[in-house]
Amino acid sequence: MLGKEVSTTDEFVKGLWRENPVFIQVLGLCPALAVSNTAINALTMGLATTFVLLMSGMSVSALRNFIPREARIVSFICIIASFVTVVDYLIQAISFELSRSLGAFIALIVVNCLILGRAEAFASKNTFGRSVLDALGMGVGFTVALLWIGVVREILGSGSLFGVALLPDTFQTWTVMVLPSGGFFAMAMWLLLVNWLMERAAQAEKRAQEATP
Amino acid sequence: MSDASHWSVFINAALVNNFVLAYFLGLCPFFGVSARLETAIRMGGAVSFVMLVASVCAYSINLLLDAVNAPYLRIISYILVIASTVQLVEMLIRKLSPATFRAMGIYLPLITTNCAILGLALFQTNRGYGFTQAIAYSLGAGAGFALALLLMAGVREKLDLANVPDLVKGTAAALIVAGILSMSFMGFAGLGR
Amino acid sequence: MNIPGPVQQPPTSAWSMYRAIVGIGAACALLIVTVYNTTADRIRENQDRFLAAAVSQVLPAAQSTIAVALTEDGRLEEAVEAPALPVFLGYNVDGELVGAVVTAQGMGYQDNIRVLYAYSFELDAIVGFKVLDSKETPGLGDRIEKEPHFLANFEKLDATLTVDGDALLHPIVTVKQGKKTDAWQLDGITGATITSEAIGEILNDSANTWAPVLEKNSHAFAKSEPTEEQ
Repeated sequence: MLGKEVSTTDEFVKGLWRENPVFIQVLGLCPALAVSNTAINALTMGLATTFVLLMSGMSVSALRNFIPREARIVSFICIIASFVTVVDYLIQAISFELSRSLGAFIALIVVNCLILGRAEAFASKNTFGRSVLDALGMGVGFTVALLWIGVVREILGSGSLFGVALLPDTFQTWTVMVLPSGGFFAMAMWLLLVNWLMERAAQAEKRAQEATP
Repeated sequence: MSDASHWSVFINAALVNNFVLAYFLGLCPFFGVSARLETAIRMGGAVSFVMLVASVCAYSINLLLDAVNAPYLRIISYILVIASTVQLVEMLIRKLSPATFRAMGIYLPLITTNCAILGLALFQTNRGYGFTQAIAYSLGAGAGFALALLLMAGVREKLDLANVPDLVKGTAAALIVAGILSMSFMGFAGLGR
Repeated sequence: MNIPGPVQQPPTSAWSMYRAIVGIGAACALLIVTVYNTTADRIRENQDRFLAAAVSQVLPAAQSTIAVALTEDGRLEEAVEAPALPVFLGYNVDGELVGAVVTAQGMGYQDNIRVLYAYSFELDAIVGFKVLDSKETPGLGDRIEKEPHFLANFEKLDATLTVDGDALLHPIVTVKQGKKTDAWQLDGITGATITSEAIGEILNDSANTWAPVLEKNSHAFAKSEPTEEQ
């Protein structure tokens, strides 16, 4: 059966590029743009989301035969909300400053369509092991995507990276990048780049196919 | 209890700190539904209604949670109430206007994961709004969301007919439009203070 | 959520529904409560440490503090439980009252701003200021936290009361950068007008409420036993 041929490493890798949650699936946009005005915020948000993805993916997969079809969404929401509450308190305990700068957006992880989407589309139908890999892959892909956006916004908008001043004072910062509009523009830029790369890959493949009939 | 006047709360939520264009909440439906003006209007209406109900529920739940001193149940209780409200709205719409129900398709249940609704509940709690302020806040947020959706849909409909390079079509174009809209809304800064 | 399934499935029994929902609900509740209890102490410590550091930053003369709160008839009493906006009275090493530290909050440009300021009884003025919590725009609004000419406002921000001691004699107000002429004015920040005006309003509202109460009631708390280091 074709499904079984998907290698285990592929379950992980697909979340990084081919099915990247932010740039390909265009899911989980809200946190991607809201907290990515500095790199450290983007990183924390990405890691917190990965944590919730992983834990809820594991739980849903482990319980998949236990949850009847009709109670699916309610159960998933319950599980996801619990882990979001957990990560909220964990962040407050670990770093007070970080939890203050992220504010309510940690709590908003619970409505990140990505998590519910993965639980529904994958974890509820696959084994524990594969679900773990899928969750990790999506989480890492999500974190990397957030970091891309965050790094661009912080460098251009504040002249620093992770709080360390990078560009000289004479550089007139593009404040618009740390404002909401900047989030939209930064994401659009990366999306264009990703689309262009996919275009080129698709064309190269087509040429390769035509060359060898 | 916050000191903000009802009018400034409303204006702030609708224009100055528009939920979609300033806080990035509600983006999934924003990009998903804004391609057609008609669906955008319906979505805006549905979200506004759910926001109002969710705001009242969140206020009541918060009173309860404070009474039993269980702040850790906030997230889970808010999201469950929102999910139930959306189910209710779904059933209502299906009964009252089956055409609207079909037109909205998958986006109706997706209101549950609309960060704007949960965001509304959380922000209103964090800022300590009283009951009437919360109502003003949710009305403003709903109005702002609907407005942003309408503007976006209007622009996108026109954009569909324009000569846009293939690479930029779709989400990338929508993002750029959203960025420009967001910048224009910044002109409202300071209104209603 | 109600997408019809492609194959016939036996109707789910009520028992398995209950079992699932109740089971998951109970497990989730257990998880949340456990984590909450485990982290509660640590979080409280973090908050206290942060507040204590902020208090000693705005009122360095204070070696020890007690938390106070407003009674219903507008007087001061020692606070029993931590209020949302803590207020402290500060004492030096000898137990003499050196000032008060008040938390205030209000709407800025982006979201709520929480600030801490120190009020000096001797000078009838605000002598220290720190931003506790702000989500203002980095590089613009957040300049209220570090900009030297703005922080210089708080070396002695006049907060004298009227003759009957019920309100501020001159309301605290923010003016354009460089246009400050009186001691009760706040020199604003160009480019962060809304945020700096918000600070002016927050301080004005808070001082109008607290300065009269503090002046009238502080004699009741004038001396504190010299206690151990805070």
